[in-house]
Amino acid sequence: MTTATIIQSLASGLLMGLLYGLIAVGLALIFGLMDVTNFAHGEFLMLAMYISFFLFAFFAIDPLLAAPLVAAAMFVFGAVIYLVVVRFAMRAKTNIGMVQIFTTFGLAILMRGLAQYFFTPDYRSITQSWLGGKTISLGGVFLPVPQLVGALVSIAAFGALYFFIKKTDFGRALEATREDAGAVALVGIDKNKVFALGWGLGGALVGLAGAIMAMFFYIYPDVGASFALIAYVTVALGGFGSVFGAFAGGIIVGLVEASTALLLPPSLKSVGIYAVYLLVVFIRPRGLFGSI
Amino acid sequence: MLSVHEVTTAYQGLVAISSVTIEIAKGEIVLVAGANGAGKSTLVKTIAGAERPRSGTVTFDGQRIDGMAQHLITARGIAYVPENRRLFPRLSVEDNLRLGSYMYRGEADRDHPLELVFRLFPRLQERLEQRAETLSGGEQQMLAIGRALMTRPRLLMLDEPSQGIMPKLVDEIFQAVLTIRDAGMTVLIVEQRMAECLDIADRAYILQTGRVLMQGKASDIKGNPDVRKAYLGL
Repeated sequence: MTTATIIQSLASGLLMGLLYGLIAVGLALIFGLMDVTNFAHGEFLMLAMYISFFLFAFFAIDPLLAAPLVAAAMFVFGAVIYLVVVRFAMRAKTNIGMVQIFTTFGLAILMRGLAQYFFTPDYRSITQSWLGGKTISLGGVFLPVPQLVGALVSIAAFGALYFFIKKTDFGRALEATREDAGAVALVGIDKNKVFALGWGLGGALVGLAGAIMAMFFYIYPDVGASFALIAYVTVALGGFGSVFGAFAGGIIVGLVEASTALLLPPSLKSVGIYAVYLLVVFIRPRGLFGSI
Repeated sequence: MLSVHEVTTAYQGLVAISSVTIEIAKGEIVLVAGANGAGKSTLVKTIAGAERPRSGTVTFDGQRIDGMAQHLITARGIAYVPENRRLFPRLSVEDNLRLGSYMYRGEADRDHPLELVFRLFPRLQERLEQRAETLSGGEQQMLAIGRALMTRPRLLMLDEPSQGIMPKLVDEIFQAVLTIRDAGMTVLIVEQRMAECLDIADRAYILQTGRVLMQGKASDIKGNPDVRKAYLGL
């Protein structure tokens, strides 16, 4: 193993990690806001990838250009899912945790089933995007351009999210609702609007990730499952509900995955991630940046 | 300004207040007193929209508000400072205050009540950057009142503002209530510390086991021999 291969691997791992962070942050945002885990998060990603695919197939819109459209569509989708499904699940009088789990889990199964029915289980891919298949050499390290762009989009999205949360009135309302959802009515804020906004933002962020990933991943009804699993690990690693933690967690997961691939056979590349995850759960159950 | 008519509110079948009727006129300071469990908090929660009455009506400026969503009642001009204050603990003092004026975002002078808030409680101005959870009990109460004032209420309702606060600050808060009234607001105050509160109130209601036991001018109530014996310990 040469230094060059190590650097190459870590660079790819970093790029993938930034994408994992982008996938996970919506999950962390929603969990932090209302203590609900969206078990359909992977299916949100799947839907975003299909939207990107169909925009390309029918309207010849390149996934890169489509990314803002996909994010906007997924914002609406997320907000609608909150307003017509999750809001009612939260009214459960008993066993509210279970009701929420099975509601979003049921939603996942429904979305997957509908995707299989309408989109067929065939593997799709966007074959001729502007960036697809291109690589760039930076000081001897070869980086695939779609992943590189994905990483930059991820950083930009985090920057925008950070600005939104810290500097805008809506962001402050989001933080306040996170602190005490029952108290925002005291200042005239409708918590349902804030929750819908949170689900919309969560959808938009995973939508952005889906649009980017459509450039270099196969698109099929079950595609969300494996990424969702990594997203749960990322969120737990970073600290549940911490948006910054999800970002950092994503990078760690990407780097650990790449390092494992260097040391172990490729089929075991996920072992490292889950090993680190277990370690964190044992030693620091609230996650690396969690404040619970 | 506010009229609560024959209101009954129950929690899971247990009646907390029963056919309570109270009237508040503009510019008054009205005290609602009574022992623990008399239903004082339930009454203000029902007015604020945090609880729904089982029967009866609540009318504010001529319009029915019972059954309305709590945030809409806040928007109509009733600010409610609950017993446990419900600040946003990990947000700064400044953010808590700015959230109070959230409804007026986009307006150039959205924070104009801030001048009054700082005049009442100068120490909040010194602690703007601090997290709300790091304030003392008294300062937290001041911040809760400050945040409520930022919503530009016409009626301010305070539930046990003296609870868990050192006596010196209690006076400061009662003095603030007088200034708030002078600034044009109406105040409903729920208190167990009747003696001090009767000094600043115009009128008072005494609740007992969910019903209005007595009502009248603060001075009359203070002079009433039964009240002196049962509530004031004189």
